[in-house]
Amino acid sequence: MEKFTKVTGVAAPMPLINIDTDMIIPKLFLKTIKRSGLGKNLFDEMRFNEDGSEISDFVLNQPAYRNAEIIVAGDNFGCGSSREHAPWALLDFGIRVVISTSFADIFFNNCFKNGILPIILPQEDVDKLMDDAGRGANAVVTIDLENQIITGPDGGKIEFTVDAFKKHCLQNGLDDIGLTMQKSDAIDAFEKQYGAETPWV
Amino acid sequence: MTAKTLYDKIWDAHLISEDEDGTSLLYIDRHLVHEVTSPQAFEGLRASGRKVHAPDKTIAVPDHNVPTTLDRVDGVVKNEESRIQLEALDKNARDFGVHYYPVDDVRQGVVHIIGPEQGWTLPGMTIVCGDSHTATHGAFGSLAHGIGTSEVEHVLATQTLIQTKSKNMKVEITGKLSAGVTAKDITMTVIGLTGTAGGTGYVIEYCGEAIRDLSMEGRMTVCNMAIEGGARAGLIAPDETTFEYVKGRPHAPKGGLWELAMEAWKNLYTDEDAHFDKVLTIKGEDIAPAVTWGTSPEDVLPITGIVPSPEDFEGGKVDAVKRSLEYMGLTSGMKLTDIQIDTVFVGSCTNGRIEDFRAVADIVKGKKIKEGMRAIVVPGSGLVRAQAEEEGVAQILIDAGFEWRLAGCSMCLAMNPDKLEAGERCAATTNRNFEGRQGRGGRTHLVSPAMAAAAALTGHLTDVRDL
Repeated sequence: MEKFTKVTGVAAPMPLINIDTDMIIPKLFLKTIKRSGLGKNLFDEMRFNEDGSEISDFVLNQPAYRNAEIIVAGDNFGCGSSREHAPWALLDFGIRVVISTSFADIFFNNCFKNGILPIILPQEDVDKLMDDAGRGANAVVTIDLENQIITGPDGGKIEFTVDAFKKHCLQNGLDDIGLTMQKSDAIDAFEKQYGAETPWV
Repeated sequence: MTAKTLYDKIWDAHLISEDEDGTSLLYIDRHLVHEVTSPQAFEGLRASGRKVHAPDKTIAVPDHNVPTTLDRVDGVVKNEESRIQLEALDKNARDFGVHYYPVDDVRQGVVHIIGPEQGWTLPGMTIVCGDSHTATHGAFGSLAHGIGTSEVEHVLATQTLIQTKSKNMKVEITGKLSAGVTAKDITMTVIGLTGTAGGTGYVIEYCGEAIRDLSMEGRMTVCNMAIEGGARAGLIAPDETTFEYVKGRPHAPKGGLWELAMEAWKNLYTDEDAHFDKVLTIKGEDIAPAVTWGTSPEDVLPITGIVPSPEDFEGGKVDAVKRSLEYMGLTSGMKLTDIQIDTVFVGSCTNGRIEDFRAVADIVKGKKIKEGMRAIVVPGSGLVRAQAEEEGVAQILIDAGFEWRLAGCSMCLAMNPDKLEAGERCAATTNRNFEGRQGRGGRTHLVSPAMAAAAALTGHLTDVRDL
């Protein structure tokens, strides 16, 4: 996983609430056995007509936002399915940060496993950043994970919180299977005792 | 000793370690695996030379992609990508030595139907699967939730999951349900009240007389949609109904082990003084047959209602409702019962169990569905299919004009050939009415099996109590 330290990039506004995983990556693109290559189908039904031509008013089709690395989104982003194809598609497109007032639980966890930082902020801060993101190519925002600070295009700063363990993994690009395997003695001991207590499991 | 909720008890029993910041390592009792969210996880194991830690606790079944038409027994899956994914699961299951129900096994079916059916799902367990509707298994008083593919790989490799504990929420349904009102109407009504983010950060325990009165099938329907309300999981404390259902299942404990398990399972309840961070109480008699009108599972109304107007809402929901109504092709103020339907789908992990098909059969027996209606019934497993045939339920459905299919997820998410065309409108017993969920441009109204049957007969959304 790529390390996440600081991202400076264009923020794209997506004020729609409840952007679900079927919108982020429709099911016909889940028939892959790889993690890569999904960026071209990110937001497919919102982004493209059935003939494959672009829907020009969709935000990521507008020239200013084609290289967006940040999305500022309406409430409850990522609701729906557990498909990790959603963060894979975002990452493959180049998105490293999503900012919203709230995220669906599974999507939120999946982001961290893929080097994407989901940031939860109060409504007024999201409103401010949504305004900033509306400035097109000038909507350059910096996310500093170490100091947990977002710097807007006008230099305004917003602090954010992030779980300490998840931050550590993101900053170091850590694979948490390796981390868990370091606890294999504890797992084995648990398994032995628990297995003796619940032999039907 | 501090009073504990059911969730607290299951959590504590599976906690291997907990760091200062609350990051915890939980032991996982059952890992269910299907073809769509697992290939990258198995590939990850291969790449790092890791094994499956507990193959005897890992159960694989193909369900999302499999065709449900009778010609699938020829073994030909026409969609190349689907075929590759099914072949990958087949190879992975065999290479890594996990329990496996291939497409041609009569026990094959939707992963959340066959877990309980085969007795893999037991009270007090932790159960995960790379599928959000894993919440279904909470009906047995087990902590069950969906995970992403990275977590699938983590569980395969370690039989553990890194978690932080959720908060406790209680949803109590008091008293009795009225005639024509079902488990599906309960769970949809709850989401209508909480919203799709109302449960975010919580594990919900459903309780109250109306929940106790439900069969296991009904309880699974309720818990299945906990995720649509944003909750990590839904739980119902096990009782005699649960034990009765579990006893004798192929992988349920037998003899002395059964006695031992029962001793433990009888402690699976929330202590009297346990703390809930949020409580919602609904009177059973206030719940009506429910239907969705929009493109979010929170867009729920009683069937007696009218299509709302964006002005009825506040904040970001105003624009979301405008978009929904346009997508759904509906006008504010029209009666929900005036919405014309051209497709009916009965099935899915929400409503693909025997009781669901019996409910449909009760309503359509001796009748014919509306002319021109496409009505598809997809049983949740090969065994549900066999049972429905033996009971005569299948024949009633066929005589009424329904197509009677083989088991799979089918038109719930349209990854197999069953899907809606743009503009088609479906009364579906499924769990999501998102834009494009059942096919690009397709319009979905979520309903109970009884309500789907009523719509199939009349050709429009119909109050089943009026039939």
